Amino acid sequence: MKFVDEFREPEVIRRTAAEIRALADPTRVYRLMEVCGGHTHAIYRFGLKDLLPPNIELIHGPGCPVCVLPMGRIDDGLAMTEQGEVTLTAFGDMMRVPGTKGSPLQRKAQGMDVRIVYSPMDALKLAIGNPHKHVIFFAIGFETTAPSTAFTLLRARSLGVGNFSVFCNHVTIIPAIRAILDSPDMRLDGFIGPGHVSTVIGCRPYEWIAKDEHKPIVVSGFEPLDILQAIVMVLQQLRRGEARVENQYRRVVPWDGNIPALRAMAEVFELRPFFEWRGMGFISQSALRLRGEFAQWDAERRFDAPGIRVTDPKAAQCGEVLKGVLTPAQCKLFGNECTPERPVGALMVSSEGSCAAYFNYEHRKLAAAAAGSRAAL
Amino acid sequence: MCLAIPGKVVEVFADDPPSATVEVAGVRRRVELGLLGENGAAIGDWVLIHVGFAMSKISEADAVEQMRMLAALGEDEAAIEEIRGYGSAGQ
Repeated sequence: MKFVDEFREPEVIRRTAAEIRALADPTRVYRLMEVCGGHTHAIYRFGLKDLLPPNIELIHGPGCPVCVLPMGRIDDGLAMTEQGEVTLTAFGDMMRVPGTKGSPLQRKAQGMDVRIVYSPMDALKLAIGNPHKHVIFFAIGFETTAPSTAFTLLRARSLGVGNFSVFCNHVTIIPAIRAILDSPDMRLDGFIGPGHVSTVIGCRPYEWIAKDEHKPIVVSGFEPLDILQAIVMVLQQLRRGEARVENQYRRVVPWDGNIPALRAMAEVFELRPFFEWRGMGFISQSALRLRGEFAQWDAERRFDAPGIRVTDPKAAQCGEVLKGVLTPAQCKLFGNECTPERPVGALMVSSEGSCAAYFNYEHRKLAAAAAGSRAAL
Repeated sequence: MCLAIPGKVVEVFADDPPSATVEVAGVRRRVELGLLGENGAAIGDWVLIHVGFAMSKISEADAVEQMRMLAALGEDEAAIEEIRGYGSAGQ
């Protein structure tokens, strides 16, 4: 309970935890997936698992944009940057993700023009300020960030910026959830739905999960109380034998989503027939690319990319961890060959990745406890 | 990237597309308002910011809690750095 007091309404948190214990049937196991990496981070940081009865298992979902990007796409982005006077721009999260010939950060150290930007609009401004260079924006992310890329491309078009393009790696959350539910080695009882993705897409896109798959899904905020309340709502549905979409994060998430954001995305992007996800293979209609009208700003059409599929390092089990089949600590490389300081797989790079979250909170805690007990001996 | 940064609108530019100056923990930066919808944002409003774009309006209490949450997750410095970084690409 140590983190509980840091938050507003610690008493309500304790009551909610008690409610969860009362609702959970001790004769069964509950496997709930939190789809979003932000939730994974919060769950570890606030020790929420310690507040839950042992028969409620939280499975970490694929909602970490950096983690699901296959290595070959990083190689492609770096290969494009080698073709002339090109500056590659990317979010900070991307910089340490390993490609086969190094991470963007390592390539920068070797002289490649790679820069961190915090917004796609910064990449566009960089292009406007440096007309002799071509600026590629390495776009990643789910529906949370895709509208910003779309908006930036609409600006690039209206301003007629010719030395700017987007290497589009945006993915969509619904097909990934579908792939997980279709996976034969996966059994889930319900979902904690992503918060910020849902501010854009709203709650309607999840309705099939309730109707066709008969699983409850509750869109949740990121505070400890939000996540616990979402668990209560899932358990209440399960107890009543219901499966509905509910919105715990109503203060931010509108049921119909963000219409201007969806409109910008629809104007700029179309679905790819298929896209490779790290560890999950090819998933149909799971990613976005630029429409033909935006060909001029499409890095994939302007530059050559090797487009080679790269398999993950053999011993790394990122795929199984991503799908929730293995916990981070069950991977053979976890904590020895693969650490946040020297990541082998992307799940160890991003703070939203379940391996990094597990390592930073659980693993260090266990290591400290072990050191303590050794010292006591 | 999934965590949003709360900011207070201190100045609105009614250009097309609209933008605003927001303040986050004393740091001021320009953010885009173009994805916020017709009602936009006014001076004094609190918004949640993702990658330089205001994506939703929130209450002041939620904004305070969100900042506390970022601090607890060890992401508050990164958030401030991100806000500082808007519009200064390449520096």
